[in-house]
Amino acid sequence: MRILLDQFTKSFGRLTVINKMDLEINDGEMIALLGPSGCGKSTTLFAICGIHRVSGGRILFGGKDVSNIPSQQRNVGVVFQSYALYPHLTVAENIGFPLMIRKESKAEIARKVDEIAELVHIGNLLERRPAQLSGGQQQRVALARALVRKPDVLLLDEPLANLDAKLRLEMRSEIRRIQLETGITAVLVTHDQVEAMSMCDRIAIMNEGRIVQIAEPMEMYKNPVSDFVAGFLGNPPIAFVDGVVTDGQFVTASGAMAVSLPFNDGARERKIRLGIRPEFFGPGGAQPVAGKITFVEAQGRETLYDVALEDGQILRSIQTATNTATVGEKVNWGIDVENILLFDEDGVRL
Amino acid sequence: MTSNYRSWPMILALGVVTIPLVLMYVYLFVDTVTNTAPGSVVPHEFTGEHWRFLWETLPGRPSIYVATLNTFVFATATTLIVLAISSTAGYAISRLNVPFRAFFLAGVMVLHAFPTVTLIIAIFLILQFIGLYNTLIGVILVKAALELPFGIWIMKGFYDTVPWEIEMAGIQDGASRLTVWRKLVLPQVMPAVMALGIFSFLAGWSEFILPLVLAPDNKVQVLSVYLAALIADDNNFDMALFKSVGVFYVVPVIIMFLFFQGKLMSIYGGGTKG
Ligand SMILES: Nc1ncnc2c1ncn2[C@@H]1O[C@H](COP(=O)(O)OP(=O)(O)O)[C@@H](O)[C@H]1O
Ligand SMILES: [Mg+2]
Repeated sequence: MRILLDQFTKSFGRLTVINKMDLEINDGEMIALLGPSGCGKSTTLFAICGIHRVSGGRILFGGKDVSNIPSQQRNVGVVFQSYALYPHLTVAENIGFPLMIRKESKAEIARKVDEIAELVHIGNLLERRPAQLSGGQQQRVALARALVRKPDVLLLDEPLANLDAKLRLEMRSEIRRIQLETGITAVLVTHDQVEAMSMCDRIAIMNEGRIVQIAEPMEMYKNPVSDFVAGFLGNPPIAFVDGVVTDGQFVTASGAMAVSLPFNDGARERKIRLGIRPEFFGPGGAQPVAGKITFVEAQGRETLYDVALEDGQILRSIQTATNTATVGEKVNWGIDVENILLFDEDGVRL
Repeated sequence: MTSNYRSWPMILALGVVTIPLVLMYVYLFVDTVTNTAPGSVVPHEFTGEHWRFLWETLPGRPSIYVATLNTFVFATATTLIVLAISSTAGYAISRLNVPFRAFFLAGVMVLHAFPTVTLIIAIFLILQFIGLYNTLIGVILVKAALELPFGIWIMKGFYDTVPWEIEMAGIQDGASRLTVWRKLVLPQVMPAVMALGIFSFLAGWSEFILPLVLAPDNKVQVLSVYLAALIADDNNFDMALFKSVGVFYVVPVIIMFLFFQGKLMSIYGGGTKG
């Protein structure tokens, strides 16, 4: 189902957390609400499912305004960060709870529970209690409970935050698989850019209660609208270098780095900020800068380097593990200026 | 069972310390079925006469069975009222945005700190005025009211530990707030409800001062008042009879304890961390 937030506003007392947000979520799409902690992601999610009343604007499911419809009647499935399983009920009773509330027959409930348990691969756990399950299994039960009554939209609030690294990887693809198999419209709230990029069709990146950019993951990675977005996406993160550009010649305040850019704003001196992703800085780069390796992190297939310029400015580089440079080594690696991101002094992309 | 220290010295020490207590209990029981000559510590004959209150009504006293029934009604009714109100009020205070919540909470605590005796004259006057003096209902209401602050506090504390998300999940699953409370929240605080129930019942069973002042009549007399009247009666002073009634009075408590101790210990412990 298509979800539309129209000038959605939410305040708690005098604190306005979300101000006039517009967001359109297409039918069958999985969208990520990505942003730093406290930017209002959960607030938005809770408004969609009806836990929070909206303070202004409208929320539409399909064509229908649900802003004033109570949670119980919205048909939204929610997976909470803590899973919120009912500890005194078995897995089967947990999953069947929404159906029991709807007074469906026992046989019908059993059939649907079995079907959904099959989908999320927990068919053999139905008689257990939540306390007897691992984190990943609890997550699957929570998903099953959210999906069993065929909701119009599935909301996931930081669903992977409580899992260890290996399970997180596994559940990432599992959640996506289940979403694709059911074709359900889904909203994933996360502060982890890897989750957002790997699981979702589109990302809406938020900062301080506003949506900064909405785009497909790769598009957002390549063409961020601001330094905030550029800094949020990518691991290892992008390095920013502040300086001035005159006639296409960029130089930092200390003069430690000087490159010529494919950007010309005339002879006038202009403050500018470069964003250099680690994959565009290394031995093969076109425009060399002098620096010293201060940190090496071997990741197996790839190795990460921190390179300090003369003035202490850090650039990051990621290379295949065949490179054998070590800490303290002086290097003269180059920057691939064609792929540099340029921002003005307010952080807006040029 | 293995232990990394020897247990017999500890058992010995505890045993020695406990002997006087054990002796008291043994004599309490032995004295109810025997007669002992004055000045002796060894009984010289068995007798059932100290338990005569079971088959004959003592002069000037109500039947023991009436008193027992009254005590039972008193303790049960108090417990039910305390449970019903604490489990709902505790929830409201824990979860809903009640106005003056902090004030109310502090007030409840202060109320509980009030010694009953300081209130009893006022309560007596009020009951007399509204016609509930010398009735079980009156004393039940008073006892329940005095137990409530404690009950509400205990229940609030337990409700506070139930995760907020569980309720929100219930709401999302389509349940009304009432259903969420009944089906999802109440089961999580069941251990508290059980414990509070047992404590209220025992408090009611052993309550003395309120029934003594507010419902002293034979019709509505409870066991504690019955017992006290026995020892206060200088004309027919009978220590062995008094002890027998005392044993009779505690037996239900012991039975209840035996029945519930297993339950209280085995109450399901929640938690969903994985
Ligand atoms: N019930 C509430 N009352 C007051 N402030 C709240 C409430 N819920 C959230 N906030 C505030 O709203 C902001 C956004 O919170 P939230 O949506 O939870 O952020 P996140 O993006 O980390 O999920 C935070 O500053 C938080 O303090
Ligand atoms: Mg959050």
